[in-house]
Amino acid sequence: MASGDTITSSEYIQHHLTNLTFGRLPDGSWGIAHSAAEAKEMGFWALHLDSLLWSVGLAVLFSYFFYKAAKNATAGVPGNLQNFVEMMVDFVDDSVKGSFSGRNPLIAPLALTVFCWVFLMNLMDLVPVDLIPRIAAEIGIGHMKIVPTTDPNVTFGLALGVFALIIYYSIKIKGVGGFIHELTGMPFQTSNAALKPVFFVINLFLEGVNLIAKPISLSLRLFGNLYAGEMIFILIALMYGSGIVMGLFGGALQFVWAVFHVLVITLQAFIFMTLTIVYLDMAHSEH
Amino acid sequence: MNINLTLFAQLISFAVFVWFTMKYIWPPMIKALDERKARIADGLAAAERGVHEKELAQQAALEKLHEAKQQSAEIVSRAEKRAAEIVDEAKGQARVEGERLLIAARAEIDQEANKAREVLRTKVAELAVMGAEKILRKEINAEAHKDIVDSLAKQI
Repeated sequence: MASGDTITSSEYIQHHLTNLTFGRLPDGSWGIAHSAAEAKEMGFWALHLDSLLWSVGLAVLFSYFFYKAAKNATAGVPGNLQNFVEMMVDFVDDSVKGSFSGRNPLIAPLALTVFCWVFLMNLMDLVPVDLIPRIAAEIGIGHMKIVPTTDPNVTFGLALGVFALIIYYSIKIKGVGGFIHELTGMPFQTSNAALKPVFFVINLFLEGVNLIAKPISLSLRLFGNLYAGEMIFILIALMYGSGIVMGLFGGALQFVWAVFHVLVITLQAFIFMTLTIVYLDMAHSEH
Repeated sequence: MNINLTLFAQLISFAVFVWFTMKYIWPPMIKALDERKARIADGLAAAERGVHEKELAQQAALEKLHEAKQQSAEIVSRAEKRAAEIVDEAKGQARVEGERLLIAARAEIDQEANKAREVLRTKVAELAVMGAEKILRKEINAEAHKDIVDSLAKQI
């Protein structure tokens, strides 16, 4: 909570759902928004500093440890860190070998990055909801959302990256003509010259939806799961202010939900990785 | 849920971290894993070879042992035969030697007997002459009847 004053439940929730936003303030200067409304006012030209800080920070953490393991990797007896990293690499390599039929040196590192990064960002959901915002408030930062994957910008950012690769590889492997043919030549096919333009439009619409649905489903699935999980943690946290019985009940609930959430965050990271591989496999394969 | 510039910042950092993983993390890890796989495969192959070699060596050792046993049996039997031969030889030699000794002894005995006979003969002759002398002293001298006494002595 940003202040020691008593605030209503909706204010509490609202506060927890507001990012630390940097952008143009109503008075025309650049700075950090003080409220959710102000953050909304900033429109597109604004940055969620907390999302970026935590996501990049976690990615740097991941890169640091994995790089350390990779630099000292030996074929002999591995140490603890190398063992762990090897386990992850092996796991991702198996997943890629299982789902990706082509040969592309980018796919496996991409899958590893996606899995580890999404998992780490999801993991922040298990940190008690008030802990870090409270510390941030003490040092004068009003808003702090520590789970980057509850920010649609982050999940859309990842999904757009995957989407760009889908388009890139579709065109690279099949050529522009092949890609257009894939978008317009199916599922309806005809030899009738008069019907061709009609089918062309229908096919383009269907396949276009199919194509666009990939990044949207990818990002919304992750965002929705984590946002809902975070929201439940916030609602449980609300119980702590309602007497000792409710507080204890809330504590039990939080434990149960956190245990369940361990499964959710791992599963979501795994799904994101697997779908990334599968979508890119589809982009690589000719029909 | 405000979509803003964060999206593109995230997109860029995504690209950077994927590039980093692809360049610095993935290749060395896969290299180490592949190397270890190769090393393990080599080790297993060497172990298998070792087992095979051990089997061969065991077989060779068995053969050698068998050969040695045969040789030793041969040597023992030859030695036994030789021993029997030696014993037989010794027996034969002993018999021959015994016979030789016996013959020598017999010859000696004969010689001794002859010698004794000679002595006895002379003594008897002397005695006879002495007796005859005593008898004949009264009537004849020794020279006159010498040939008669000698022919008598020869009949002994």
